[in-house]
Amino acid sequence: MQTTFTAAQLADPHVAESEAILRKCVHCGFCTATCPTYVTLGNELDSPRGRIYLIKDMLENGRAADEEVVTHIDRCLSCLACTTTCPSGVDYMHLIDHARIHIEQTYRRPLKDRFVRAVLAAVLPYPSRFRLALRAARLGRPFAGMMKRVPLLKTFGVMLDLAPDTVAPASDSTRPGNRPAQTARRGRVALLSGCAQPVLKPGINEATIRLLTRLGIDVEVPAGEGCCGALVHHMGREEEALAAARRNVDVWTKAITDGGLDAIIITASGCGTTIKDYGHMLRLDPGYAEKAARVSALAKDVTEYLSTLDLPRLEPKRVTVAYHSACSMQHGQKITVAPKALLKAAGFTVRDPAEGHLCCGSAGTYNILQPEISATLKARKVKNIEATRPDIIATGNIGCITQIATGTAIPILHTVELLDWAYGGEKPAEIDIAN
Amino acid sequence: MPDKIAFLPPKKSVLDRRDIIVSDLADLLPKGCLVSEPRGLVPFETDAFIAYRNVPLAVALPETTAQVAAVLKYCSGYGIPVVPRGAGTSLSGGAIPQADAVVIGLSKLSRILDVDYANRTATVQAGVTNLNISEAVSADGYFYAPDPSSQLACTIGGNIGMNSGGAHCLKYGVTTNNLLGVKMVLFDGTIIDLGSKALDAPGLDLLGLVCGSEGQLGIVTEATVRLIAKPEGARPVLFGFQSSEAAGACVAEIIGSGIIPVAIEFMDRPAIEICEAFAHAGYPMDVEALLIVEVEGSEAEMDAMLAGIIAIARRHGVSTIKESQSATEAALIWKGRKSAFGATGRIADYICMDGTVPLSQLPYVLKKTGEIVARLGLRVANVFHAGDGNMHPLILYNINDPEDAARAEEAGNEILKLCVDAGGCLTGEHGVGIEKRDLMLHQFAPVDLDQQMAVRAAFDPQWIMNPSKVFPLEGRPAA
Repeated sequence: MQTTFTAAQLADPHVAESEAILRKCVHCGFCTATCPTYVTLGNELDSPRGRIYLIKDMLENGRAADEEVVTHIDRCLSCLACTTTCPSGVDYMHLIDHARIHIEQTYRRPLKDRFVRAVLAAVLPYPSRFRLALRAARLGRPFAGMMKRVPLLKTFGVMLDLAPDTVAPASDSTRPGNRPAQTARRGRVALLSGCAQPVLKPGINEATIRLLTRLGIDVEVPAGEGCCGALVHHMGREEEALAAARRNVDVWTKAITDGGLDAIIITASGCGTTIKDYGHMLRLDPGYAEKAARVSALAKDVTEYLSTLDLPRLEPKRVTVAYHSACSMQHGQKITVAPKALLKAAGFTVRDPAEGHLCCGSAGTYNILQPEISATLKARKVKNIEATRPDIIATGNIGCITQIATGTAIPILHTVELLDWAYGGEKPAEIDIAN
Repeated sequence: MPDKIAFLPPKKSVLDRRDIIVSDLADLLPKGCLVSEPRGLVPFETDAFIAYRNVPLAVALPETTAQVAAVLKYCSGYGIPVVPRGAGTSLSGGAIPQADAVVIGLSKLSRILDVDYANRTATVQAGVTNLNISEAVSADGYFYAPDPSSQLACTIGGNIGMNSGGAHCLKYGVTTNNLLGVKMVLFDGTIIDLGSKALDAPGLDLLGLVCGSEGQLGIVTEATVRLIAKPEGARPVLFGFQSSEAAGACVAEIIGSGIIPVAIEFMDRPAIEICEAFAHAGYPMDVEALLIVEVEGSEAEMDAMLAGIIAIARRHGVSTIKESQSATEAALIWKGRKSAFGATGRIADYICMDGTVPLSQLPYVLKKTGEIVARLGLRVANVFHAGDGNMHPLILYNINDPEDAARAEEAGNEILKLCVDAGGCLTGEHGVGIEKRDLMLHQFAPVDLDQQMAVRAAFDPQWIMNPSKVFPLEGRPAA
């Protein structure tokens, strides 16, 4: 569509990039149909096309963000369903990234919002702080209902609801070092420990290490890596996001130099989407652009990597799995075939819930910051999943696991936990099926 | 170069009362159902005909028919123009507002109210998307037949407004042939029901009048549509040709011989390249023109019909024949075709024509279209419903270059006049909207337009309903 940026505005590489993205949009409106917030709220301002227009208007006029614009940008889940739908290839992800940075730089949020966001950014990416917070949350649980009625404390009440009943101690899977292949060595990978996932469900990376080493892969957990930066990135806190990216790029570049890497394995698709974007995020940093691009090229979701290993086809099991494709998996990374193919090959009966393209409402910290829309989407997602009458739900992202688990009694596991079980590992504790 | 198409000048009496109007509308609507902040209004300034834009006065997003009626009653009371909007996918600017207009968006009316298999009908709210209807009944073996390429997003209310067609309308007819009834709000807030679940209604065919009236006779809030049983099987087959004229002549002979497949879609080389880049459907890349011919029914029926079509295609020098081998492949073939307009955005801005011509004229009109566009220094991609003779030349241009944009508009006008002169009409399915309004004088004599405007005025004596559209501004009755 038409744009009216001045040459001076286009001298800023971020503006130039956004202009190129906007020029691809022909305003056809297809994106509205698969946008979870448009489907829920029925207002074009809460659709990708509406947000694209709001962003264009704000950037073209060189205007600071204001409450009206921020409200609708904040409601975007960044599920990227629109990018799967868009026929003209509008790179909505990088456009909204730019808008969020612009908002963070030009808009002063109300005190409560600033406080909540500062707490999330200061706690979630740090496993020891997050573990401590979750333990404290258990004590705070009885007060959740009361807190949700007090506007200032509402967000914290929502967080208490999401906190798990038990908090595991620090997992051995995050201890830096090499886990050697248990069979004839056929590859070497680094495994991202991540931040929130090993605290909430350490079993995911434990299963990944067991499975990969059993398949003949050396698994390196490099010292010094941390949160991928997605959480602050989606808040528009760009310097913090880039600092997280640079730190991880340094760590993995060393691992590449030291012993070579076939892949950097990620078991949370939300992180995968961000790490695959490091090359883009650091493209303007001459010291990092090349290294970051190499890291992004090596980044693989665990199912993406496993599907290159030719796992044997197993006898059918009498276990029906509803596969929930995380948005960051199907839209962010466009991985749609590998996880289901692996589960089927491992003998599971795989069902596709209806409206699989719609987000479950987790979306990073969205379920904390936008609890009403998130709850509506969760209910819709759970209804569609339960309609397939599965024994188990499988997915590839910790956020979805946490979100969906609070809405259904059906056990939900990471795909790799099921694969580890099928290929010789122990049966996950969550599964209680008589067969 | 053509002048930009003019909208009615905004009424000062309305603009001056803006704050009062917004405040009154807020009283008529629930919280979250009115957009009135200046920033929030900008995204409603256009639809998919992006060359024209006007920020509206306010946007009402009612949740019930009663709220639609309340807003209309209020607006007619003060002579405030009203522009209805479904999903805003109009290619003729049907949903583009004007500065003094209240947009009534039907996007919150998105529930399927009743599915009645005994009578093979579905009753849905106007904001339900076209595809949602088919999806809701698919597991039970039914579908809603008209399938505009924007069916993923466009609403049934908008389909009724434009009497939309689609690829499969060759066999099943367009919206008006599949619509049984509507609930509709008149300009003064009166709620009426037209039609029923039965195929025929007594009296004048007002439903036929409403379908295709572009939001000028009232606002439809509910629709009852026919459901069709899915065929036993369906197979799209690709036929590649070394010239557009050969493909066009082949279409004319298929239809002329009495064979009616479900769909015959045409793409020329630029369109094939655009669609393949998005859908990876396996279209042949070494041909100048491609027909997607879909046959359906039992295996024997499909084989028999295909044999007839193949024989005709060979007479026209078909160079590639490729049958889809799986449901996935068939879905990709249609995904590519139905995404063609949007996918064009990958290479250029475009305006999409919608002229319809007698089939015998297809080769001639295709050739002349190419000449018109070339003379003006532009490029064109052709992708359209060939079986219906409903052409969609996509004129490619650069919207950031005003001269290029004016040339594109000129080319569009010439092509549509060409269609009329060839015995066809200005619009097959996208509606007149703002885009073709001033060309109506090329299609109709003033006396014809006078009669149509008299009908329009019987429904909306104040001319507040989508008033800038369809009828040329000059020659209208004095308000």
